[in-house]
Amino acid sequence: MMDRLLFGDNQFFGVNHMSEEKARVQSLRFQKLDAVIEVLDAACDEGVRTFMCTTHDRIALVCDHVRSDPSRYADLTFYPGMPYAHKYANAVTESGMLGAVKRFLPDEGLMDAAVRGGASLARRDIEGMTTLLIDAEMTMFRGLCTPVIFLQNVVVDLLLGLNFKDAFRIFADHVKDRYGAEPGFITMNMPALLDVLEELQIEDPIVCANINKIGFRMCGGVEAYEAALRERRFRAIAMSVYASGAIPAREAIEWVCAQPNIRSIVFGASSRANIRHTRELVSEYWADLAPLPRRAPAEERLQV
Amino acid sequence: MIKIAVVGLGKMGLSHYAMINTHPDVEVVGVCDSSSYVLGVLRKYTGVRTYTNFEEMVDTAKLDAVLIATPSRSHAAMIGTALEHGLHVFCEKPFTLDVRDAERLTAKARDQALVTQVGYHNRFVGAFREVKALLDAGAIGQVTRVLGEAYGPVVLKSKGATWRSRRNEGGGCLYDYAAHVINLVNWYVGEPAGAGGTVLNRVFSREIDDEISSTLYFPEGRTAQLSVNWSDEACRKMTTRVTIWGTTGRIYADRQECQVYLRDTALIPTGYESGWNVRYTTELTEPVWFYLRGEEYSAQIDSFIQRIKERRADGVNDFASAAVTDKVIAMMIADARQGASVLAGAGARESGQTPSATGIPWWRRLRDRRTPAYSGNT
Repeated sequence: MMDRLLFGDNQFFGVNHMSEEKARVQSLRFQKLDAVIEVLDAACDEGVRTFMCTTHDRIALVCDHVRSDPSRYADLTFYPGMPYAHKYANAVTESGMLGAVKRFLPDEGLMDAAVRGGASLARRDIEGMTTLLIDAEMTMFRGLCTPVIFLQNVVVDLLLGLNFKDAFRIFADHVKDRYGAEPGFITMNMPALLDVLEELQIEDPIVCANINKIGFRMCGGVEAYEAALRERRFRAIAMSVYASGAIPAREAIEWVCAQPNIRSIVFGASSRANIRHTRELVSEYWADLAPLPRRAPAEERLQV
Repeated sequence: MIKIAVVGLGKMGLSHYAMINTHPDVEVVGVCDSSSYVLGVLRKYTGVRTYTNFEEMVDTAKLDAVLIATPSRSHAAMIGTALEHGLHVFCEKPFTLDVRDAERLTAKARDQALVTQVGYHNRFVGAFREVKALLDAGAIGQVTRVLGEAYGPVVLKSKGATWRSRRNEGGGCLYDYAAHVINLVNWYVGEPAGAGGTVLNRVFSREIDDEISSTLYFPEGRTAQLSVNWSDEACRKMTTRVTIWGTTGRIYADRQECQVYLRDTALIPTGYESGWNVRYTTELTEPVWFYLRGEEYSAQIDSFIQRIKERRADGVNDFASAAVTDKVIAMMIADARQGASVLAGAGARESGQTPSATGIPWWRRLRDRRTPAYSGNT
C-alpha cells in the first residue's frame, strides 16, 4: 500500500522548473549532505516516510547515511527512479551512444560482445544489457526498502515515442523478479502511456505524472487526464501539483485532492515548515491521511 | 499523412524520431544510420524499416520529407540529395560548416518552394519567444546591447571519442553551444556587420574550442557579446541566457523565465507595468501533443509539419535564417585567427583619440578594414 504523501528530491539537486535562480539557491542550500538529511529527517518526523528519489550520485550518500542508523530510519521507504538522465545525456555527448552505455555498465565485456554481434543481436542481449543497467542503478539502495522502482519520464517517454513497448515489460519483469518490487512509470504523456501498459497487460500499473489545475505538462490535455482518472484502472501518483509554484498552494491541493482515484501526491519541500504545511493542507481534503507516522513491522518490508 | 524518414540516430536523432513518430499527421517510413547495432535493435523491437544507405532510402522509400540528425559535416551533402529528390528537409543545427553550401542549399530549396527548417529549438521556447514579442513591440526602446550566454557540463576532462571532439566534423563548443546563442542574437537584432575580439579557447579539448567569447557589431552602434563555455560544471545542464539593454528597459530571459524591467518612458505592452515584470515558463508555454524533453522540441517539429501541410516555404528557422548563423560562425572563426587587434603599447601613440573622433562610423571602418576571409573548415 503506497503512502498518500511521497517526498520528492528535485529540491536537493537544483531542479526547479520555474526559475534557474531558485534552482541555484537550492543547490547552494543543499550542497552539504547534512542539509539534505535534516530535511529528510523532518519529512520522516512529519509522517512523510516515502522518499521518491533519483539515482543521482548524491543519493548514494543519503543511502549510506540511512543504512548507518537503522533504528532512526526503520520506517523510511525508498522509491528509486532511474536513470538519472543528465548523467547519461552528458555522457552521450562526450562518448557517443554506445560509449555511454558502456561506461555505466558494470561489465564492459558484455557490451563489447553485443556491439560485435551487430544486427543479429539476440533478444537476450538487449534484455541482459537493460537488466545490468538497472542493477547498476540499484546498487546504492542495497539493504534498503524499495517496494516500488520507477523508470524516469525521459526514458519512459522516449520508449513510448519509439514504440519500444517490450522495454516496459523487460523493466517490469526485472524489478519484480530481482527486487520483489512493483514497477512504476513516470511520464508526461499519461493517457498515451496507459494505452501501452494496458496492451502489455501490466495490470493496475503505478503511473506518476504531472497532475495540476493548470494542465502544465499534461500531454493529451486536462480532459484526457480527468477521463483516465475516472475510468481507467491504475494507481496514479500526482506530481508537479503546484506546477512549480504557478498555482497557490491551497488552490492546487484542493483541486488535486478532488480528482478521483489519485493514490498519492509526490511533493518537494526545503523546510520542515513547508512539509508540515503541505501535509496539513492535504489532510484537510483527504480524510484518510494518517495524522501520525506508524511503525511498519520489520517483516513487512522488502529486502534488496 | 506526411511520410518522413529520420537519418542519424544519435542523441538528437533518437529523440526527434520518438517525437515525430507520435505526431498525428506523420508516418515514419524509415530510419537510417551507420550503426547496424542501433538499427538492429529498432527493427527488432519496433518494426520500423531500417536503412544503412541514405541514397537508397531516399530513392526507394517514397518520402515527403527527411529529418537529418547526423554529424554536422554530413549535413550539406545529405540536404543536397534530399532537395534533388524534392523532399522537405528538417536538419539539426548547425545548418552547414561552409557558408557557400548554406547559400547554395538555401537557393536550391527556395527555387523548389520546399519547406526547410533547422533545429534551433530556442526559437520555440516560450520565454525566448516572449523576448522577441517584446522587442517587436518596442517595449525596451532602441536596443543598444545584447549579452548572449550558454554554459554547461559537456567536456570536463581531456578525453573525447565522438565526432563532437573533432574540428573537421563540426565539433566544438562553437558549433554545439554557441550556435544556439548566435542564432538567438540573429533573431533579436539581425545579422551583424562584423565580429571582433573572438576567442575560441580550449579548456580540456585537444583540437576544438571549449569556451568562446566574441563581440558582434551591428549597424547603429549596437553590439552583442557572446560568452559560452561547455566545460562549466557549475551548470547542471545546458543553460542559455540572453540579456538585452534598450533605451527604455532591460530584458533577461532563460528557458524558464523572462524578467523585464521597463522604465516609465517605455511603451508598456498589455499585461506589463513599469518597473519589474516576470513571466514564467508555466504561463509562456503552449501545450504540445507529446512531451519528451521540453515543449520546444515538440513545437519545432510540429511547426515543420504544419508548414509542409500548408506548403509554406518561409518560416521560423528556415534555411535562409539558419544561413545567417552559419555566416556569423564563419566570421567568428576568421576573427579568432587574427588574434588581438591591438598589441600592448599601441594605445600610447593614439591616446586621446576615441573611435568616434575619426568621424567615420565604426561599422564602416570595420567593413573597409576587413573582408570576412572564410574558407571552409578550419
